[in-house]
Amino acid sequence: MRTIVLSIGLILLWWQLATPPVQAFEIEDHISVGPAEARQVLRVISNGDAEFFEPTIRDFLSTRPDVRVDYTVASSSELMVAMGREGHTVDLAISSATDLQTKLVNDGLSRNYSSSVTAQLPEWARWRDNLFAFTQEPAAIVLSRKALAGLPIPQSRQELIDLMREHPDRFQGKVGTYDLHTSGLGYLFATQDARTSETYWRLSEVMGAFGVKLYCCSSQMIDDVTSGELSVAYNVLGSYARAKGNLDEVIVMLPQDYTIIMMRTAFIPKTSKAPELAGMFIDHLIARGWEAAPGAVSVSEEDAWTGEAQALRRIRMGPGLLVYLDRLKKAAFLSEWSSAILQ
Amino acid sequence: MSGSIHLRGSIQRRLIVQLLTGAALLATLMFLVVQSYARDLAGQSQDEILAASVTAILDSAAVRNGDLTVDIPYFAFSMLGNISEDRVFYSITRNGDFLTGYPDLPKPTAATDTSPRFRTDSYDGESIRMVTATRRMSISGQPDFIEVTVAQTRYGLRQQLAGISRTVAGFGLGFFAIAALFGILAAQSAIQPLRQLAGSVSRRGLSDLRPVSAPVPAEMEVLVGALNGFMGRLKASLSRSEDLIAEAAHRVRTPLTTVRTQAEITLRRVDKPENRQAVREMIRAIDESSRAAGQLLDHAMVSFRSDHLEVEEVEICRLTRDAVSRVVPMADLRDIELDVTIPKAAIYVKGDAILLQSALLNLLDNAIKYSPPDSRVYVHVRAVETGVEITVQDNGAGFPKADMGRLTRRFVRGSNTETVVGSGLGLTIVNEVARAHGGQLFLSNRSEEGGACARLFFPLA
Repeated sequence: MRTIVLSIGLILLWWQLATPPVQAFEIEDHISVGPAEARQVLRVISNGDAEFFEPTIRDFLSTRPDVRVDYTVASSSELMVAMGREGHTVDLAISSATDLQTKLVNDGLSRNYSSSVTAQLPEWARWRDNLFAFTQEPAAIVLSRKALAGLPIPQSRQELIDLMREHPDRFQGKVGTYDLHTSGLGYLFATQDARTSETYWRLSEVMGAFGVKLYCCSSQMIDDVTSGELSVAYNVLGSYARAKGNLDEVIVMLPQDYTIIMMRTAFIPKTSKAPELAGMFIDHLIARGWEAAPGAVSVSEEDAWTGEAQALRRIRMGPGLLVYLDRLKKAAFLSEWSSAILQ
Repeated sequence: MSGSIHLRGSIQRRLIVQLLTGAALLATLMFLVVQSYARDLAGQSQDEILAASVTAILDSAAVRNGDLTVDIPYFAFSMLGNISEDRVFYSITRNGDFLTGYPDLPKPTAATDTSPRFRTDSYDGESIRMVTATRRMSISGQPDFIEVTVAQTRYGLRQQLAGISRTVAGFGLGFFAIAALFGILAAQSAIQPLRQLAGSVSRRGLSDLRPVSAPVPAEMEVLVGALNGFMGRLKASLSRSEDLIAEAAHRVRTPLTTVRTQAEITLRRVDKPENRQAVREMIRAIDESSRAAGQLLDHAMVSFRSDHLEVEEVEICRLTRDAVSRVVPMADLRDIELDVTIPKAAIYVKGDAILLQSALLNLLDNAIKYSPPDSRVYVHVRAVETGVEITVQDNGAGFPKADMGRLTRRFVRGSNTETVVGSGLGLTIVNEVARAHGGQLFLSNRSEEGGACARLFFPLA
């Protein structure tokens, strides 16, 4: 009897040792697709909704019966934390925060990968053969049809500023954008805006003057525009808004002065235990990954939106993205933004 | 012949090897020089862009609200991304205290002045190129030193260099190939006059010992001079011995005539059959010697005239008729009928009439001599496409097959001719005349009737 108790105790002890250590970062969601007894496991960490990624994963697994994908959702900044920690195995890191991904690759946390599929990618969709883009998603201005009734639809940031100034009643307290302190994507969009045009600062000041509401995510902004709580939301993921918003209620406008295009990217961490499988998943993402982000466009469509937007600005992967991630630069930028928008 | 020549090396091969070695050395040298130049240039351009990045960051340092701010411009790093996909690291310190960037970046070399300092080091397992510059700022009277370091991995540089190396290697190989081609051609053309000389000498006739008169390169002057001198000596020695033979033949022939006349007279006086027989044999021997001497003289004449060929237009039909008429008495003596077919139209060849006549007489003489009595000798002249052919046929024993190839050599006689007086020089003379005129002598046997067939060919004038 004592031996049995001892054995159970030992088994429990072993069980505890065998289970992964307590996650050192904040997990938002976690799904496991594929057989529990699978011979191979691909551990993916991503900031994309599990709900949207699951079909893509299932598609990937349809020809690989002995593979399981563990898909963990974390915010882009938590993903950065997770990658920085020792002893935590991730086979593939997926994120919409191109800047953070670039920094991780620049800092040597990724490994090289190339295949016939990655070779087909346009220059702007890969960096160092480490980081691969698989979606294109524009930053859009989302407007409420009800709020704009009878008014012309603004086609650029300047027209939006003019419209807000002319009709303060319709916009007061009904303007929304990302909170740059909490949203990595919002920060990326804002810094790209700031380096592209001075209009961004004027718009921020105007939004601040109209009592801007700050959000963590595109989806909430779209919901609030749809419900009429917001008249305008700035720098919303346009593709997402088109796919998920009610187009009877909202107008998704790509600014004509310039449109920032964000790309979801993936890389294989240096510590990956299944780099070959991760590589295959990257190939799969390049071919089909755009389906995992609602409304996104494949990287193979180089001239997407050309009819709709005058000046597409794809966020260019490369060392330039390190600039706004610099500690001092970020602090200075956030402080400037705060003083502009939080008046 | 060449079996006894000792060969050591080859001028052409040696030339080619030397030229190729030179070309290979030059190509390698070019490759190394251009590669090192390209490496310097590529390294220089990376240094320049890194220095520009450092300067841009330093320029952004400013004193704002009494405190120091460094506002890294976007292009300070994005321009580094324009030239390659290299990793970028940086670090900014103030008075030696780390401000921002990568804290564990290797320490730059100590500042001596404000100019940028370059250094190659390694970071995170990769070779990096670092540029550091220091600027002195003044914040409320206190001196402050801002130091900015920007580093980049050298992956792009290596790739660029690899690309340049490939291109330059291609150029080097191309250069080598062209140089090699020209080297081989040069070696061949250098050796060409030697081949030409060898060809012209080996194509010469046996007795052609004229000096080489074609122009030769200066380097071959000694060789050709030696060759000409040697041939001159050889010719002199040959003509001396031929003169000797002719002189000897002449001296022998004249007394022989006297001896023969005396022998004829003696024969008429002698009655005893055994004595008559002895004298007849004597006469026969005298005839043989006399004829041999004559042929030797003839041959010497032919040799001499062949060497100094006096070319004129010769009408071959008349020449043949003359020759035939001269042998008619001899043919009548042996009851041999001459069957002569000569075209009426004149046929001209270029040559020495005396030599041609001598050749024809020798052929006719042979035919009559070796024909059985009361038979026919056929003489046939006809124009062929490129020349004229004179055929003389008889009903004799023909040429022995085994001797066919050497009958034209001096003093070689057919194995079936012992009973007939002859010197072994007749066909030699005919052959030499034919060759001196660019013609040929063909010997064969008549297949049906038996008998010899000699065909003499001369090209048309």
